[in-house]
Amino acid sequence: MKHAPLLTLVAAALSLAALRLAALSLGSASAAPISYTLPDETAAFKAGPNLEVVQNNCTACHSADYVSTQPRGPKFKKDFWQAEVTKMIKVYGAPIADADVPKIVEYLAATY
Amino acid sequence: MLDRRDLMKRAGLTALVTGLASAKALALDTATLPFDNGERPLVRYRQKRPMIGLTSRPPQLETPFSIFNDGAITPNNAFFVRYHLAGVPLDIDPDKFTLEIKGKIDHPLKLSLKEIKKLRAVELIAVNQCSGNSRGFFEPRVAGGQLGNGAMGNARWRGVPLKTVLDIAGVQQGAKQVTFNGMDGPAMDTTPDFVKALDIDHARDGEVMLAYRMNGDDLPLLNGFPLRLVVPGYYGTYWVKHLNEITVIDNVFDGFWMKSAYRIPDTPCNCVEPGTAPKATIPIGRFTVRSFITSLADGARLKPGSTMLKGIAFDGGKGIREVAVAIDGGKTWTPAKLGKDLGKYSFREWKLPIKLAAGPHELKVRATNNAGDTQPTEPLWNPAGYLRNVVETVRVTAA
Repeated sequence: MKHAPLLTLVAAALSLAALRLAALSLGSASAAPISYTLPDETAAFKAGPNLEVVQNNCTACHSADYVSTQPRGPKFKKDFWQAEVTKMIKVYGAPIADADVPKIVEYLAATY
Repeated sequence: MLDRRDLMKRAGLTALVTGLASAKALALDTATLPFDNGERPLVRYRQKRPMIGLTSRPPQLETPFSIFNDGAITPNNAFFVRYHLAGVPLDIDPDKFTLEIKGKIDHPLKLSLKEIKKLRAVELIAVNQCSGNSRGFFEPRVAGGQLGNGAMGNARWRGVPLKTVLDIAGVQQGAKQVTFNGMDGPAMDTTPDFVKALDIDHARDGEVMLAYRMNGDDLPLLNGFPLRLVVPGYYGTYWVKHLNEITVIDNVFDGFWMKSAYRIPDTPCNCVEPGTAPKATIPIGRFTVRSFITSLADGARLKPGSTMLKGIAFDGGKGIREVAVAIDGGKTWTPAKLGKDLGKYSFREWKLPIKLAAGPHELKVRATNNAGDTQPTEPLWNPAGYLRNVVETVRVTAA
């Protein structure tokens, strides 16, 4: 849009003012605050090597079903999980120590 | 974005879950999606009927497919849920909620929900579908949410055209895009916040909507209460939930969720040879054409003879022109009778009486939209598992 002509500006200001007035006159007819509770998580990481390392590094951001529902099979082993862990660090900013990376990959490849 | 109270709530939850391996109390039952590793719990959430639980934190819930046979509108309590980040805003006071409009505009605004509801409202029936709906059927399989076909739904949305609000704010010359941010946020500051962008002309097309009602009710919390963006014909990634921040910018937004995620191959079919990487990508956009049989599930058994086959079809906004059905594995196609036209962004119901002799049958359905776009016989593939729209096949046995 080019520079808004004065009329448009006035119209916009007026419509906003009218809006605020109308809103005031509405009183407190709106809905009550919502306080929502999510159910307890239903998934947990399966037993496997370095389980504790995995729990310490992964569960702050997501539940275990993010891992357990991934495709299985020979193509979804070390390379696949290495790429996933790298993505968590590089893309999603997961603060995973270098020393923990191979442990997590080992767990994922062995367990899922 | 998360406040401290939310973070504490979540930290407590995490501690609890990592400490216990047996928190299965809420799984009512299970559902099995028809691909490897497709077992899912049926889970119960507030404001929702039992849903197929893909993940619990952040929550991702899939609609049980049988619900699509009940009508063209998907009930709010059955509508799919997809969050990207664990910081779901759980405590929302609609009286305190504000939508901020800022950036390259003449009049920065903060609108309350009441003020938004005083603006002239519009209604539109539109499908929302996750970009990765049906990803679990990709072959070769790809990483990501392993969804069946239930990450879609069709609702009557009521709200204010985004254009109305942008016009009040006075978009400045040189504006290129508009970005949308919601109240949900990451668990870690280092994770990119979920922010999406539309081109300025799209944002001002009069159809993109700030929606506060869904099928006549407030939005369910998990579907974006109290306000979400509705982008008719476009994949759900753009339908930002709990929308509270709109920014007009004079460049192309380069945030992670536009620049790196939700990209499709920049090829004519938006596909690549299975298992290969695209040379160039573009942001995902409109839905591909899809159609489903809803009255018979894959593997169903029924009596030989006459039966009424029913289903739904939709596309990215041209509208459905034809739905054809084959009961012989795809050799001969018969047009189905289309149901009521609820608008070009809606599910379109269809039905067709068929006769099945005793024995196994492969039933197929294929839709064509008003632009002549249709569905491929063989699945198209892309590495992110988006855009699936192969002609669906339901195998049944009459006996």
